[in-house]
Amino acid sequence: MTVEISEHAATDTTAHQELQRITTQVLDEAVRQGATATEVGCSLETGYNVNVRMGEVEVLEYNRDKGVAITVYFDHCTGSASTSDTSAAAVSAAVTAACNIARYTSTDPYAGLADKERLAFGYDALDLDLCHPWQLTPAAAIEQAQACEQYGFAFDPRIKNSDGCSLSTHSAYRVYANSHGFVGAYPTTRHSISCVLVAEDGSGMQRDYAYSSARTADDLFSLQYIGEEAAARAVKRLQAKRVPTCKVPVIFAADVARGLLGSFFSAISGGAIYRRASFLLDSVGEVIFPAHINFTENPHLPRGSGSAPFDGDGVKTVQRDWVKDGVVQSYVLSSYSARKLGLQTTGNAGGVRNIKVNTSDKDLNQLIKDMGEGLLIAELMGQGVNMVTGDYSRGASGFWVSQGQVQYPVEEITIAGNLKQMFANIVTIGNDVDTRGNIHTGSILLDGMTIAGE
Amino acid sequence: MPDQLSIAEEMILAPAELTDTKLATVLGQLLRPSVDYADLYFQSSYFESWSLEESIVKAGNFTIDRGVGVRVISGEKTGFAYSDDIILPALTQAANAAVGIVKQGDNGSLPAWQVRVSHDRYPILNPLQSISEQDKIEILNHVDQYARQLDPRIIQVNASLVAAYDVIYVVASDGVLAADVRPLVRMNVSVIAEHHKKLESGSFGGGGRSDLSLFLQDQHYLSYADEAVRTALLNLDAVEAPAGTMRVILGPGWPGVLLHEAVGHGLEGDFNRRGSSVFSGRIGERVAAAGCTVVDNGTLPDRRGSLGIDDEGTPTQNTVLIEDGILKSYMQDKQNARLMGVQPTGNGRRESYADLVMPRMTNTYMLAGDYKPEEIIAAVDKGIYAVNFAGGQVDITSGKFVFSASEAYLVENGKLGKPVKGATLIGNGADALTKISMLGDDLALDQGVGTCGKDGQSVPVGVGQPTMLIDELTVGGTGT
Repeated sequence: MTVEISEHAATDTTAHQELQRITTQVLDEAVRQGATATEVGCSLETGYNVNVRMGEVEVLEYNRDKGVAITVYFDHCTGSASTSDTSAAAVSAAVTAACNIARYTSTDPYAGLADKERLAFGYDALDLDLCHPWQLTPAAAIEQAQACEQYGFAFDPRIKNSDGCSLSTHSAYRVYANSHGFVGAYPTTRHSISCVLVAEDGSGMQRDYAYSSARTADDLFSLQYIGEEAAARAVKRLQAKRVPTCKVPVIFAADVARGLLGSFFSAISGGAIYRRASFLLDSVGEVIFPAHINFTENPHLPRGSGSAPFDGDGVKTVQRDWVKDGVVQSYVLSSYSARKLGLQTTGNAGGVRNIKVNTSDKDLNQLIKDMGEGLLIAELMGQGVNMVTGDYSRGASGFWVSQGQVQYPVEEITIAGNLKQMFANIVTIGNDVDTRGNIHTGSILLDGMTIAGE
Repeated sequence: MPDQLSIAEEMILAPAELTDTKLATVLGQLLRPSVDYADLYFQSSYFESWSLEESIVKAGNFTIDRGVGVRVISGEKTGFAYSDDIILPALTQAANAAVGIVKQGDNGSLPAWQVRVSHDRYPILNPLQSISEQDKIEILNHVDQYARQLDPRIIQVNASLVAAYDVIYVVASDGVLAADVRPLVRMNVSVIAEHHKKLESGSFGGGGRSDLSLFLQDQHYLSYADEAVRTALLNLDAVEAPAGTMRVILGPGWPGVLLHEAVGHGLEGDFNRRGSSVFSGRIGERVAAAGCTVVDNGTLPDRRGSLGIDDEGTPTQNTVLIEDGILKSYMQDKQNARLMGVQPTGNGRRESYADLVMPRMTNTYMLAGDYKPEEIIAAVDKGIYAVNFAGGQVDITSGKFVFSASEAYLVENGKLGKPVKGATLIGNGADALTKISMLGDDLALDQGVGTCGKDGQSVPVGVGQPTMLIDELTVGGTGT
């Protein structure tokens, strides 16, 4: 392997200056073309990804992505444009394109920049600890991926094939600026390892995966854990059966429980509310979850996967309760959706960040015992969630539980219900918290879902 | 009129003073002894979208994306790098990075260019400029007013108009030199209906490789509003979908997403080369009922999933995947075809210059049978009839697939009954098509809105089928 790693975007100060220069150019150019307000996002992301399969390198891919996204306002008419070509001429042309679009869009009294007093001036006093470039050569990355896959093969003789083990390391530098004089920029890194293995026996093949993702290489799970976990998950699915159609309690394992709660945050997003495209209209102040449920956001969690000092509008992010004792505290608001609803922004343009779900002191095994008979859901398939009605119907696989114990793997079934009812039916949240995504939750036991099967 | 090649040279190569001779030099430096294949993929794409919400056109966006990807393949290995600057030094740097995957050695020599001639699968045009900005705004405003006057229960209308102009130029170490000019347009209308505090939504759209006048012919765009409104109002009256395994009739056209999920992905060459698909090693075996023939056809005129050439410069074709129920062929890009000892099928596609090529579908559909659709409905005592879907997903290793109905009806004693709420259907790709017992004579393709995701890359695709009866499929409702 003869190739040098190119400079990390996170630490390449020349590139940082160039991005800052582009934002200044955009703001100046937009004023020159008559815009009354402007915002611009500018980013550079670099890194690479290696994929190893059956012990051999399959892909070595270098990434270097840059882009500029511009929004201009002519009073309350909006236009936007973006370009991957960051030459002065291309950036100038993009500003012109955005201004041209604003000549045709309608006046929207709610459109515009965030209010100046809400912007995150002084944000750099926060140290969120998000930037840890990994000085790893592609050759060393390949060795790590090979080792991880090998742990999987060694774990069980039924692991007969692999869809590959990947390691990627990326760093980024993003600048956001607007014509209120706010300029925010910070570097971030993200590293991940994932392993996808195929188990096979007389009953057929099953595939499953494991992964780890973190801001710093030190926080990644061990190669052995990832390889063995992928293998264990694939093997456990072998000889899966169907079950008869029935109505039973279910447990959403922690990694799929994240998606269940993600639907809640989508339903209370300001955009869904003002469009009346949500099953949780008028839900602020209402009891939506049982009284023991609390969700808190901490956008400043050190090294957090969702951490950020300011949101997509440049507004200061803040710690906040979303659900307290089962009661919804607020909608998730950007400056625009807040104005539409006559409310103040919550600093959530771009969504929520690092949601902490309070848990019981019970582990997954205790949840299984408590459930007695029902389905432990390990994977969900398809997009069968209707955000307007809350109707929920998705393909599932997992494990049948009876007498408080896992009995056998289950596949080719669906689970169905209505999200509003499902939220109300939550019995217990386990302490097996998965922090890999933006919502940190344990497994969730809930009552009364319809399973369609044989 | 200029052809695809001259347009691509003018747009992509000329500004950077690149010539096919200079590109041959770059490619030649990649041809080390262990390299089987290398290519340079240049792309210049323009994208525009307009969206209406709350009766005003609130937003418009214009995007330019340009760059070049360099790929070097040695056996099962791929080295890949790209640059979003189309200039010789950046190209050379990307080439040096990509070739790092193989050992040093003497450079090979490049065969003479085989220039792929132009095609007429879709028109050579820039759809962004096909109608005026005023007309784009007018279409959106009109569809909004029209939808709202259809029924007072319609409280929200969202509409979008999207046009993309994609020009590609590819040169490869096998001598292929090819270019394509790919227009793509799409329009969507979605509505929310409210009645007695109950909300429901409906959406519909269409598009293809054409210009925006596609929507204007006979005010075709208003039919999207008709359909979106009809679906939303219908769903206001929908009852719970049944739960369990039953007979399912699928309507013609878009329900062909069944084929895309149940067999399409499982027949892509990469999974079969690795042996991780439920269809691996099954060529020549029965995978569908007699009478079922499934093709992947990239050559249909003006379709969203069509291509003149794929992203490796291979002409697209009409590939028979399943013939009279027997598995005949996989879909291949060059690398997987070479490793499996077969010919590429024109299915090598990538989302952009910054993504790797994979075998992907184009327009995947099942050919018609003999039954009248009403005969098929009349044959079912108890089941559901699903005519529209929201999308699907498949696990190609276990073969389990899902797709979610957005418009469906109960069927009892050979007659259509009440509409049912949206529900996910789940089946097993290895045997779902063997349970097809009746096929209609009404083959239709979808309206041109499909997007397929694989390994994080999205590409436009088409699906289609005639009305079909599947004797056993699991319906994921809540009713009993």
